[in-house]
Amino acid sequence: MTATKYPRIVTGTHGPEEGAGAGTPWPDDVPPEQDDTWYPLRDDPWKARRMEYLIAAFWAVTAVCGIGLMVVYWTGGQTQLEGALFAAGAGCLGTGLVLWARFLLPGHEVTGSRGHHVSSPEERAAVVESLSRGTDAMMSRRGFLVKKVLAPVGGIFGIAAIWPLASLGPRPGRYLYHTKWYAGARLVTEDNRPVHVSDVMVDGLLTVFPEGYIGDASSPAVLLNVGTAAVSEPYGESGFEVVSGANGLVCFSKICTHAGCAVSLFNVLSMQLICPCHQSTFDVLDGCKPVFGPAPRALPQLPLGVREDGYLYAKHDFYQPIGPGFWNRGSDRQYFPKVSS
Amino acid sequence: MSTVEERSASRKRAQRQGQALDFVDDRLGSSKWIRSALDKIFPDHWSFMVGEVAMYCFVLLLATGIYLALFYSPSSAVVTYHGSYAPLDGQKMTQAYESVINLSFNVRFGLLMRQAHHWAANIFLAAIAFHMCRVFFTGAFRRPREANWIIGITLLLISMLEGFSGYSLPDDLLSGSGLRVVYSIVQSIPFVGPWLAFNVWGGPFPGSSAFLQRLFVIHEFLFPLLLAGLLGAHLAVLWHQKHTDFAGPGKTEKNIVGSRLWPQYAIKSQALLMFVAMVVFGLGGLVQINPIWIYGPFEAARSSAGTQPDWYVGWLDGALRLWPHWEFRSFGHEIANPFFPGILLPGIVFTVIYAWPWIDKRVFSDYGEHNLLDRPRDKPLRTALGVAALIFFIDTTLASATDLIGNGLQVSFELLIEILQYGSFVGPVIGGVVAYRTCILLQRTGAHPVQRPVGGIIVRDAHGAYHTLGAEHDGHEGNGHGGPEEVVLGAQAHREA
Repeated sequence: MTATKYPRIVTGTHGPEEGAGAGTPWPDDVPPEQDDTWYPLRDDPWKARRMEYLIAAFWAVTAVCGIGLMVVYWTGGQTQLEGALFAAGAGCLGTGLVLWARFLLPGHEVTGSRGHHVSSPEERAAVVESLSRGTDAMMSRRGFLVKKVLAPVGGIFGIAAIWPLASLGPRPGRYLYHTKWYAGARLVTEDNRPVHVSDVMVDGLLTVFPEGYIGDASSPAVLLNVGTAAVSEPYGESGFEVVSGANGLVCFSKICTHAGCAVSLFNVLSMQLICPCHQSTFDVLDGCKPVFGPAPRALPQLPLGVREDGYLYAKHDFYQPIGPGFWNRGSDRQYFPKVSS
Repeated sequence: MSTVEERSASRKRAQRQGQALDFVDDRLGSSKWIRSALDKIFPDHWSFMVGEVAMYCFVLLLATGIYLALFYSPSSAVVTYHGSYAPLDGQKMTQAYESVINLSFNVRFGLLMRQAHHWAANIFLAAIAFHMCRVFFTGAFRRPREANWIIGITLLLISMLEGFSGYSLPDDLLSGSGLRVVYSIVQSIPFVGPWLAFNVWGGPFPGSSAFLQRLFVIHEFLFPLLLAGLLGAHLAVLWHQKHTDFAGPGKTEKNIVGSRLWPQYAIKSQALLMFVAMVVFGLGGLVQINPIWIYGPFEAARSSAGTQPDWYVGWLDGALRLWPHWEFRSFGHEIANPFFPGILLPGIVFTVIYAWPWIDKRVFSDYGEHNLLDRPRDKPLRTALGVAALIFFIDTTLASATDLIGNGLQVSFELLIEILQYGSFVGPVIGGVVAYRTCILLQRTGAHPVQRPVGGIIVRDAHGAYHTLGAEHDGHEGNGHGGPEEVVLGAQAHREA
């Protein structure tokens, strides 16, 4: 009645893992018509022999690929050839195995009992009994030792045991509130060249660091020249403005306030900085306030000054923490007490 | 059929095997177990192989990974490159990055192994995800298999972390940007975020000189150990409980139908290992992946368009792009923006997935044991929820590539992000409704080979119509899709006749 391709064999419950059936003798009851050793080409020696040759041919290709791989290695290696030979060798080996299993090895559909994967009630009761042997004695005298002594002692000792994990890193302290910018720090480029007011053309852009801290991960800033465009002053009296007498230069933290990537794309037409990681977009002419994307805050602006020799310096560190938010960051009001509404 | 020589050779072979097994059994008493193992029955269905694909990917990952570890240097010491790859000549980079460049260009078969490792990781996660979907949509997680669901989800979670930690080891620009984002996500956790990030990284980003070493130990020791242990437990539980199977003729809750482990199933399984190796090494040799020499070494002041993680982290990266610019501040404290898409979303997703076997029990009021699988249509609500979740997953994964898609379609990324933001709500609803309706439709038509009456008695009723008797198969309760009515009708007719 079934639509199986092979003769069906039904075996009894057997095997030690099958609970109720454990210990029963192995069935010696395979009827002659349900021969466990049957495979598709068993009764056709001629086809079986041809199949063996076919499988052998596939595996021979695998051997050729193996030799090929060694030759490739000796001649200096070539990634594409290595991959192709590896793939062909493994593929032919696998194809041979499938043909072997499918046509020359017994493996037709059989039906067995699932048996019981759970224990009998008696066995479960026996476990409870064995457990009680210990727990009854341990919890006598109202469990004084376990509840009142061992639990707190274990807690204390456990905490002491994981305490060394505190050595993994310093406490955050005020790290996240500051960068390496300091009052009077000259702006330098990545290759340690001080930045002159004339270095950035209108619509140009330059990545700058505080002198002495090139490459510091919290300090990268982007210096832009907005030319004669009107720039809003985002934070009132906090010293944020286009550098006077400095050709429309403005400087902002390059670390995105969303997730900390470097804000490295600049759309000159719209005067917008765009973070390539998650496309937060900042309006340069409006204090780098976010105008699109997930960034929640403006890029902090670096107060710039021009020295007498024409080189740029920072008047101060950023007035607020740079980069993404964190639990203790506090409100903008905290950093800009003088903001007028 | 066998000849005299064959029979005598078989006798001799049995004798030799018997001697070897005697040696083992005298010491371990193993014969009972070995016999039951060799005779163990495994149901055949193509979808049951996918978990095996994941297992064999893990084997290949271990093999290629050990090879890579022999060349990798987890050092953030800065060196100036003067190696064989001319475009990077004179560039300052960490020793870690340099060691991966050297592995790629100066070690024979090194690039093959590296790319095969990376491809294997991507396929590994894909196989796990597919396997999870199979188990979900067929209800294979139901009692008594809740424990294996929990282990499996933990394997998925650790595999994602393992994949991400490996992706980060080369210290190239792409992976460095990824680490920066993850640092920001960790830093955003309320109360403990900054402290946790400082402890994991050993200081503010990019962390202390110990960080790469930590990442290396995590990637090549801690997580693989956990994965190997959990995989062993996963297989041991499967072995004990026996595999589920779809309902079908002759299949019941109490029996198992399939082919025995030895020899055919075992050999076929080895063939599968070979096919997985074929795909992994074929891709590893012929299809470039993660060309870190093009990205360059990591510098905090740089990042590049086209910054995408590997596919299995894409949904989180996409969620970071889709989550609006909100963060919440009060009382001098702040829940930062990346917390919601980066911690809360995966937290909720994984909590629901972990709890699903128990949610499922309540939803369907079904606390019983099941060895036979549902077909997706049998539980339209479960299927609809699964499809909705998948569409959400696809939507957020697409969102992680808004810049690339925007480039390809010449559409602004702003528009794409807005579409995908709406899509993350609307898509799952539409998908769920369509899936639900489809399930009901399939139930009504009942078009499925397993459910179609196989054999049985054909009777002619009083009106001259023909009906099939005894066509329902045991083991499948009450969803015969028109089958039972037909049978009852037929039975009455039979009695009348």
